[in-house]
Amino acid sequence: MTRKQRRLTLIAVAGLVIAAAGALVLYALTDKIVFFNSPSDIVAKHPKPGTRIRLGGLVREGSVERGGNAHVAFEVTDGVASVPVAYVGILPDLFREGQGVVTEGAFDASGKLQADTVLAKHDERYMPKEVAEALKKSGEWRGDTPPK
Amino acid sequence: MIVEIGHFALVLAFALALVQSVLPVWGARSGDARLMATAGPSALGQFLFVAITAAALIHAHVVSDFSVVNVVENSHSLKPLLYKITGVWGNHEGSMLLWVAILALFGGLVAFFGGNLPASLKANVLAVQAWIASAFYLFILSTSNPFARISPAPIEGNDLNPVLQDIGLAIHPPLLYLGYVGFSIAFSFAVAALLDGRIDAAWARWVRPWSLAAWICLTLGIAMGSYWAYYTLGWGGWWFWDPVENASFMPWLAGTALLHSAIVMEKRDALKIWTILLAILTFSLSLLGTFLVRSGVLTSVHAFATDPARGVFILAILVLFIGGSLTLFAWRAPGLKPGGLFAPISREGALVFNNLFLTVGCAIVLVGTLYPLVYEMATGAKITVGPPYFNLVFGAFIAVLLAAVPFGPMLAWKRGDLLGAAERLWFAFALAAIVTIAIWWPSTGALLTALGIGLAVWVMAGAVVEWAMRIRLLRAPLGESLSRAWGLPGATWGMTLAHFGIGMAVLGIVSESSWNEERILAMKPGEVVTIGDYQVALDGMIPRKGENYAEEAAHLSIRRGGALVTYLEPSRRMFATRRMATSQTGIATFGFSQLYIALGETDKTGASAVRLYWKPLVTLIWLGPLIMALGGLASLLDRRRRIGAPVPARKPVSKGGGPKDSGPPAPAAPMAAE
Repeated sequence: MTRKQRRLTLIAVAGLVIAAAGALVLYALTDKIVFFNSPSDIVAKHPKPGTRIRLGGLVREGSVERGGNAHVAFEVTDGVASVPVAYVGILPDLFREGQGVVTEGAFDASGKLQADTVLAKHDERYMPKEVAEALKKSGEWRGDTPPK
Repeated sequence: MIVEIGHFALVLAFALALVQSVLPVWGARSGDARLMATAGPSALGQFLFVAITAAALIHAHVVSDFSVVNVVENSHSLKPLLYKITGVWGNHEGSMLLWVAILALFGGLVAFFGGNLPASLKANVLAVQAWIASAFYLFILSTSNPFARISPAPIEGNDLNPVLQDIGLAIHPPLLYLGYVGFSIAFSFAVAALLDGRIDAAWARWVRPWSLAAWICLTLGIAMGSYWAYYTLGWGGWWFWDPVENASFMPWLAGTALLHSAIVMEKRDALKIWTILLAILTFSLSLLGTFLVRSGVLTSVHAFATDPARGVFILAILVLFIGGSLTLFAWRAPGLKPGGLFAPISREGALVFNNLFLTVGCAIVLVGTLYPLVYEMATGAKITVGPPYFNLVFGAFIAVLLAAVPFGPMLAWKRGDLLGAAERLWFAFALAAIVTIAIWWPSTGALLTALGIGLAVWVMAGAVVEWAMRIRLLRAPLGESLSRAWGLPGATWGMTLAHFGIGMAVLGIVSESSWNEERILAMKPGEVVTIGDYQVALDGMIPRKGENYAEEAAHLSIRRGGALVTYLEPSRRMFATRRMATSQTGIATFGFSQLYIALGETDKTGASAVRLYWKPLVTLIWLGPLIMALGGLASLLDRRRRIGAPVPARKPVSKGGGPKDSGPPAPAAPMAAE
């Protein structure tokens, strides 16, 4: 093979691999991404049961109920709307009423979010960016320190 | 006073870097040896001044000088000494200082060990290092001064984030930065070669040890970070495809590709232009990682603070260096002499295949990491791209690459024999097939698991078979085999170990993700729960006090078949200063597997939430990279590549000028197999 033929072979193989990667990436980016929603969004949009979403807001004061065997139920609010969430497991160390939280999971038929992930970030001063913006939108933002 | 000396030393380092940015290049262009010679001493001077700066900041932290804002915000007088020291880089300003300190260290090392470099190459390399350094000194001095004072000084500090009060902080960031920043050397060499308009096999010989050293540190740094997250976060995860993890993983992928393409360049004088591009891309990804982490555009546990001014500054550095170097590349690369020819089926071809898949894999990670940013800008909606995307797309591509790994070393340079290679690999293939079927047959459902384990066995067995062939194991008397093994070059050992290590890591990953057992429950003292082959009994809760925290520990006894094996004491720690709780997990290692227990809150009935995991072969996930790094070290210590050692190739490096003839491909040192 000449230098040119070899180069063409290489380009063809590389092109194939890149095309395959591109196709797979495009498929995965339409199918495997999760949207972030605030409680108001959820109330407005009513996502279908089974759709995975990320829900962020504040843990509503007085809403945390601990059942047996590490079952927890609480509500996430942005001051305008609240969404009930159920979770089984150990909550993060910084999970507290009135604190910012991001949960991920799917809605069941009753409209409760069955969360498999609950994130409260590691720093007390830290507020998840999505939550901060959602709070600003709903008018519940109280300056640069997260509401206590 | 000491604080001011530190600040002043940083300004001096900046001034020195500015001088070093200009004079050596000028000298290289005009052929003025005296100007070129300024590069070495000023690089050493920079390192000296930055070391003074770092020492001053560490001193301020150790003596708890609360007139310094950085100390107030991140330290506490009661904090243990170790965390007073490591807390220096557990914040934005300090971690940027660590960044430039390591940059200065590498610059100093090149100046010190670079005696055998051609003068103009050395001058250019150190000048490019100084460009990078100047940008980051300016960044620190203008937006992130760690020496800012506060008046009146508070009596007590805010303490370091308790999550960071761990031995992990002492190891993970320095190693990671040694890796990240270490690739700046490869970058500087690439830019210097482009400035010079000349590149040859000797260039690769100089670049490889530096890239290898950076790669070793990055490998260990990533693995250490993963293990730290695993034992500290309390839910057993070890990799989250978090943007910041991706930011360190991308340079690793590109750096791995660079190590492989540099082999082709060194041995066969081919792939020169591609190697230059990879060197530029690898460090560009390091810069991108620094930007992603430090600017706070992506929220993450690692984002200490978000300040738009800092983000814009680093973005400017990013654009300047990536844009500038790629423009230089586009302008100068076409003028470089193309390298040697090779058939598609050959060692070179295999290494090109490796590079293709590693760079595509890197691009896949890049797209997934940046997509949420792009999507939000385009539509306003916020999305997360998480494990489902990365596991599917990256997993698929890397699996193809792994399947090809055993073939590479079996192929000869220039023209290989794929069928012959396959024949020699029959044993590895048979072993992998048997393992796959043995796992798949009893429970015909876990096909992916079976294939994954089979793949791992294939890669590991492939590495062993190749090694056994080299030393003629079982074909020659054992004594001869042993002496052959002893005589194998370090680089060969390195390759075998690295390939075996990646197989180990895959084995651990597949095993942990498929056979992980998890139990979450509320336990009262006296209760027993079974997980894996073990019975775990909660004996009781013990309150304890540490230096700056109070903790509630669970005393658990672990039994197997009724016999007591060990005790575990996971706990929850409460840090008073920041009013934060952290969990300390209890982990018991059995062989390569681990029993992992995290403690949650105790409710009113006296039952404590407990999370138990049985993780089969989980430690291989980190032992694999450890073996890979060991391989890197073996290769680095290879006598033929030792920095400063005379090059044993048949073509001696001519003094001062470097090999001017890039004519015949460097014969270099032959691989032992040939």
